[in-house]
Amino acid sequence: MKKTTCVAFPITIFFAVVLGFAAFANGQEAPVVYAITHAKLFTLAGPPIEDGILVIRDGKIAAVGTNVDVPAGAHVIDGKGLQVYPGLFDPVTQMGLSEISAVSATVDTSETGAFNPDAVAAEAILPSSEHIPVTRAAGITEVLAVPASGGFDSRGSSNILGGQASAIHLAGWTINDMLIKKSVAMVLDWPKIETQTFDFATFSRKPKPYAEAKQERDKQVDELSDWLDNARHYAQAWGHGGPAEYQRDLKLEALVPVVRGELPVLVFADRARDIRSAIEFCDKQKLKMILAGGAEAYKLKELLRSKGIPVVLQPTLTEPLDEDDPYDRSLTQPAELADARVKIAFGSFDNSFARRLGQQAANAVAYGLPYDEALKAVTLYPAQIFGIADQIGSLETGKIANVIVTNGDPLELTTDVRYLFIKGQLTSTDNKHKALYEKYLNRPKAK
Amino acid sequence: MNTSMKKSRVLIVFIAALTVALAPRRTHSANGPSVATPSPVILVQNATILTVSHGNIEHGSILIKDGKIAEVGASVKAPKDAQVIDAGGQFVMPGIIDCHSHIAIDGSVNEGSIAVSSIANTADVLNPDDIAIYRDLAGGVTVANVLHGSANPVGGQTVVIKLRWGQPASKLPFEGALPGIKFALGENPKHSNFGGRGAEARYPATRMGVEETIRGAFAEARDYKASWDVYDKRTAAGEKNLIPPRRDLRLDPLVEVLEGKRYVHAHCYREDEILMLLRVAKEFGFKVRTLQHVLEGYKVADELAAAGVGASTFSDWWSYKMEAFDAVPYNAALMTRRGVVVSVNSDDAEEATHLNQEAAKSMKFGGLSHDEALKLVTINPALQLGIDKRVGSIDAGKDADLVIYNRDPLSAYAVVQKTLIDGRVYFDRQRDIADRPNKEKEKKTLLDKEKKAVEKNPEAGAAKPGEKKPEEKPKPPSVEISGGAL
Repeated sequence: MKKTTCVAFPITIFFAVVLGFAAFANGQEAPVVYAITHAKLFTLAGPPIEDGILVIRDGKIAAVGTNVDVPAGAHVIDGKGLQVYPGLFDPVTQMGLSEISAVSATVDTSETGAFNPDAVAAEAILPSSEHIPVTRAAGITEVLAVPASGGFDSRGSSNILGGQASAIHLAGWTINDMLIKKSVAMVLDWPKIETQTFDFATFSRKPKPYAEAKQERDKQVDELSDWLDNARHYAQAWGHGGPAEYQRDLKLEALVPVVRGELPVLVFADRARDIRSAIEFCDKQKLKMILAGGAEAYKLKELLRSKGIPVVLQPTLTEPLDEDDPYDRSLTQPAELADARVKIAFGSFDNSFARRLGQQAANAVAYGLPYDEALKAVTLYPAQIFGIADQIGSLETGKIANVIVTNGDPLELTTDVRYLFIKGQLTSTDNKHKALYEKYLNRPKAK
Repeated sequence: MNTSMKKSRVLIVFIAALTVALAPRRTHSANGPSVATPSPVILVQNATILTVSHGNIEHGSILIKDGKIAEVGASVKAPKDAQVIDAGGQFVMPGIIDCHSHIAIDGSVNEGSIAVSSIANTADVLNPDDIAIYRDLAGGVTVANVLHGSANPVGGQTVVIKLRWGQPASKLPFEGALPGIKFALGENPKHSNFGGRGAEARYPATRMGVEETIRGAFAEARDYKASWDVYDKRTAAGEKNLIPPRRDLRLDPLVEVLEGKRYVHAHCYREDEILMLLRVAKEFGFKVRTLQHVLEGYKVADELAAAGVGASTFSDWWSYKMEAFDAVPYNAALMTRRGVVVSVNSDDAEEATHLNQEAAKSMKFGGLSHDEALKLVTINPALQLGIDKRVGSIDAGKDADLVIYNRDPLSAYAVVQKTLIDGRVYFDRQRDIADRPNKEKEKKTLLDKEKKAVEKNPEAGAAKPGEKKPEEKPKPPSVEISGGAL
């Protein structure tokens, strides 16, 4: 084993990062070769490897195992007593689209109008958002920025087709550095039968008769069907001669991959009746469906499994929908779905709570989800669900090196991320919160 | 996005106390312990006991008599007839005290129409059927500080309750706990994030106005108190036929604040407004008991410690509004290190179900010890609420308010097994699970009955609220039923 540079202590590497490699904390500068040695590797592609070596080169995982040579010139990180995992993946956030949710000037999550299939998250992501390094410090290395998936600006609008979700690394000077895939899913907020509406002027709930609520829902679904039919016609016309001979329609164009079944629809629905009607609709329209939220997905677990529809689950730290639900309904659902062989991933559905992703998965374990499944549900499974598992989600040779090195279970509340790699680059876990902590920790005693 | 899950979460996070009861109400069959029978003698044995006051006891026991902790230690002799709870391999800690809660309030938590709403009192609208009481119990919470909302610089009166699920509203208040009053500073009372959209503008609209409103209210209260003091003095001196000052229900609670008979719990965020309130309090000679949220408390921790004011904060909430943009998860630890008595609270029925986990985060963010982290949700909030002689640690003589976890509660993997209040088991996970088939059956029976009634008389099922007979109890909105789309 050859070692040219041995970085034994985190503090040393910290200074190395801050002083020496500051340039690549966010950027995509000269590639560096790293070797993490003597660590326990949780590859998620097989059983954990004790006393293993992980080699990172040119942004990719170059080697994983016990019988691996440390390349000449590699920066060596002694991982004795440490554990290595693929970075965590939060598949529903508003990362870079929303800074302070109450300040509308800082929020770009939801367009006005109900049909915005050509709105693309990546076009509005702020690379210097304070949320990015804060989230990264929790071991999350990549997320989906999902339009119309939350945020307060959406309260007035009722997005049905909210736009396209983008997969991004949580580091980079510009969106070009950050982008994993610009469009990974079309967001569909499934029209619901809403028998209660919330009135912001009076801060109260107002009941709406069922028949009226259903009629409104049906109308929205009809409209959605029209959009998809038009997109099919558009695709046909487009096939005969191309856009030069046909008036371009960017919204319909954005829907072409959806109606062709190439781009999945990320369908937000919680109630069983809404989930069922969404499944029937996607079936009829031949759309590739991913369910998001799914508070009552457990009621349809057999249907979801038979249709092969994966679920990005609402936070486990969510109140059950109904008063007479068991108190632990949200906590036991992940285990119930996994047991029924429905593929699940956890999502924070938020920015400020993105760092609770591990906590959410751990809570599901406390209520019966096998630990391995929980770990995969925040790494490999979301990557598979959104079709980028060839690039990320596990520690396998050739994959992008989004890697975390921790002092323990990454799902536990008290675990620290010691080293974090994004695209094979050692990336700082410093953030606004840590900076404020250090500043005020050192405030001289007030007189 | 309109999924109810996210909307309610965002709402709660954002409003942080402007919430209303969102769920339709149903009446619950009381399934708490019977209080008609005398309090049982219970021995909790073989547990790791996290006393909070005097370290941890391995394989320890707790003897409970008359609702109190009679004895705690490594070897405790119990009477033969004692009920035994074998907690082998499990952890016992004091019941969790949530210093900022809005559970068990019937309807809106805000009287938002006026800037000084001290006339309103959460104690008057306690709803013992709020399912949040049970869910929070299942999360180990035994005591909650039930606060008015944050729409007003001087808000409504508040009450401390024990989560005695199954008992009437009159049995909820914590006996002897001093009542409080909610104050609020910053964006909520100045209506930064609401208003418009049909809501009328209301003074104040700036932090200057918030300060002025509080000073104005206390200037009035001081004069009002002075007039009563004169009256009382002259009456005591034997003067007859004096006309008493006109009673002012708005100022009475503020006089109690001036007399130290009512605690001030002040919602605040920014460092400047925190110091502002401390100046006002000094000017009028009252104490602020707790600063609530106090997300920038870490910036002025020395000043808080010097003023002897408690700080009750979130674990890791941030960025939901402008004044929460400098919030840090290190807040609890930084303030603790500077000598402030700190608690971690929920402000939300769901958040309250895992306050043990939220406390644990202070070990990661700022390096508090295991014991210091536990204190954030036990003895510290007890101190802040002035109930530390009764609850907050596992000591002989204290109320037997206990939580039993299957493992160390400062872990994301810990699950509450039992929650005891006054020595009675109010939550038992095994019992809850065992009871579920019965509940399902009961629900089905009721639904079938309702369906049949609707089939027989479709009009009844679709009755408008106004058409109900007066003697009928209001029914929950049974929308799914009437629509036949269950």
